[in-house]
Amino acid sequence: MSASAAVLKAESRLFAREPFSLFWIVVFPTLLLVILGLIPSFREPSDDLGGNRVIDVYVPVSVLLALIMAGVQALPPVLSGYRERGILRRMSTTPVRPGSLLAAQIVLHFAAATGSALLVIAVGRLVFDVPLPGHPAGYLLALLLGGLSALALGATVTAVTPTTKATTVVGSIVFFPSMFLAGVWVPVQAMPGALRGVVEYLPFGAASQALNQAAGGDWPDWTHLGVTAVWAALLIAAAVRWFRWE
Amino acid sequence: MSIVEVRGLRKAYGGRPVVDDVSFEVEEGEIFGILGPNGAGKTTAVECVEGLRVPDAGVVRVAGLEPRRERERLTGILGVQLQESELQEKLSVREALELYSAFYPEPADWRGLAERLGLVEKLGTRFGRLSGGQKQRLFIALALIGNPRVVVLDELTTGLDPRARRDTWTLIEEVRDAGVTVLLVTHFMEEAQRLCDRIAVFKRGRVAALDTPAGLIRRSAGGTVISFDPSRPLDDGDLDALPDAQSVESRNGRVTLHGTDATVNAVISLLARRQITAHQLRVSDATLDDAFLELTEDREN
Repeated sequence: MSASAAVLKAESRLFAREPFSLFWIVVFPTLLLVILGLIPSFREPSDDLGGNRVIDVYVPVSVLLALIMAGVQALPPVLSGYRERGILRRMSTTPVRPGSLLAAQIVLHFAAATGSALLVIAVGRLVFDVPLPGHPAGYLLALLLGGLSALALGATVTAVTPTTKATTVVGSIVFFPSMFLAGVWVPVQAMPGALRGVVEYLPFGAASQALNQAAGGDWPDWTHLGVTAVWAALLIAAAVRWFRWE
Repeated sequence: MSIVEVRGLRKAYGGRPVVDDVSFEVEEGEIFGILGPNGAGKTTAVECVEGLRVPDAGVVRVAGLEPRRERERLTGILGVQLQESELQEKLSVREALELYSAFYPEPADWRGLAERLGLVEKLGTRFGRLSGGQKQRLFIALALIGNPRVVVLDELTTGLDPRARRDTWTLIEEVRDAGVTVLLVTHFMEEAQRLCDRIAVFKRGRVAALDTPAGLIRRSAGGTVISFDPSRPLDDGDLDALPDAQSVESRNGRVTLHGTDATVNAVISLLARRQITAHQLRVSDATLDDAFLELTEDREN
């Protein structure tokens, strides 16, 4: 077995041993969707949402929530802990670069978030009759870019905070606005025009719009995809620029 | 042939020199000790050897490799036990051993290592649940798992009980006998005296002395220790006049002198002359402890 494969194997075992992390990433977004779906009026078409039901709109929102949970809430303390506890340092004295440990964690968090997204879509379809994404390729691209921004934002949080404690605090501070931007409280499509105009240019606002359009069957606006991609690129650059190995 | 070469090594933090013009060479197949009080720059020096720190000046070579630039090749031949590091909390001992074996092209048999380090019963235990001594033994195993040519052990037996410490010493001697060069950072004198072929004594970032343990003891002026309970008090003037006496100490009526063979003879004739009986007379060789204290004491104070 190659060294990177061994790292990935060990880290997936460790990831599976974190029940709370798994709950928030994999279970919670679907749970939220189910709770909202239990409210009868949310299952009625609404004129404010262009004839869509609230539950229809919340499927992409919950998908985005899974990505944010993984990237912004779960990932940063793990990376920061590996740094603070000297695990990266120990690894850097072996032929394997400590970066492979970070990469494994990022891949695993992304995989868990993707699994969670599929679960949300499946439950939406089976339980609440929410149509599957009308434009799967556009949906997938928006999901990929949104996930990338979430993971990059989390990595940036780790990069700019010196300790695990600080990482957790800053992670939470970033987490709540991220949920707002994604439309967890008010879907981006239902936000007042001026607010939406701003939110659309922020990381998860743009991703939320893109996912929503792809869910409706259209190829997402290049503006939304572009804004999400630019944020992902900026955040990746920031994380790489400021990350400290010890 | 020297396998580790350090010449003119300097490293400062915030303008304060921590390692200041340190040079030493470690011969292939020896156990080389680095001894010194806390803050003497021992760990910083070996971290430059491991390639974890960039020296401000000086040359470091391990088997001819430059630790920072030739990292890839260095990590393949250098095993490391760090003073402070941990593993993933929920990784079991077996998983850790398997994981680290996978990092090296020709790893040692991890089962054998686990057996020699008394970890067999702990294979299924997660790192976070191990005691300090068990963690330490696991780290020793991980330092040896890649079949290194050189192994750096920083505070090898800290946290081990006396029995585990002795077992670990035997293991390290076996490792050396198998041809591995050992660079050992320690502040246990007994450990240094028992294991090391040669020792560099660090003091304030510099090498204060470099010799075999026996050489260090011989070098220190008070190589012979004489102690006794005189039947009646001795005159201070008489004691101070003894030849080669480095230090004279009276405590609870017991006199302790550091000196040489000449001092021993002079003490005996002095006692005879004054007709004083010496109870519990002991003459012993100074230990590495004594030599260490003398080498690292601050004369300025």
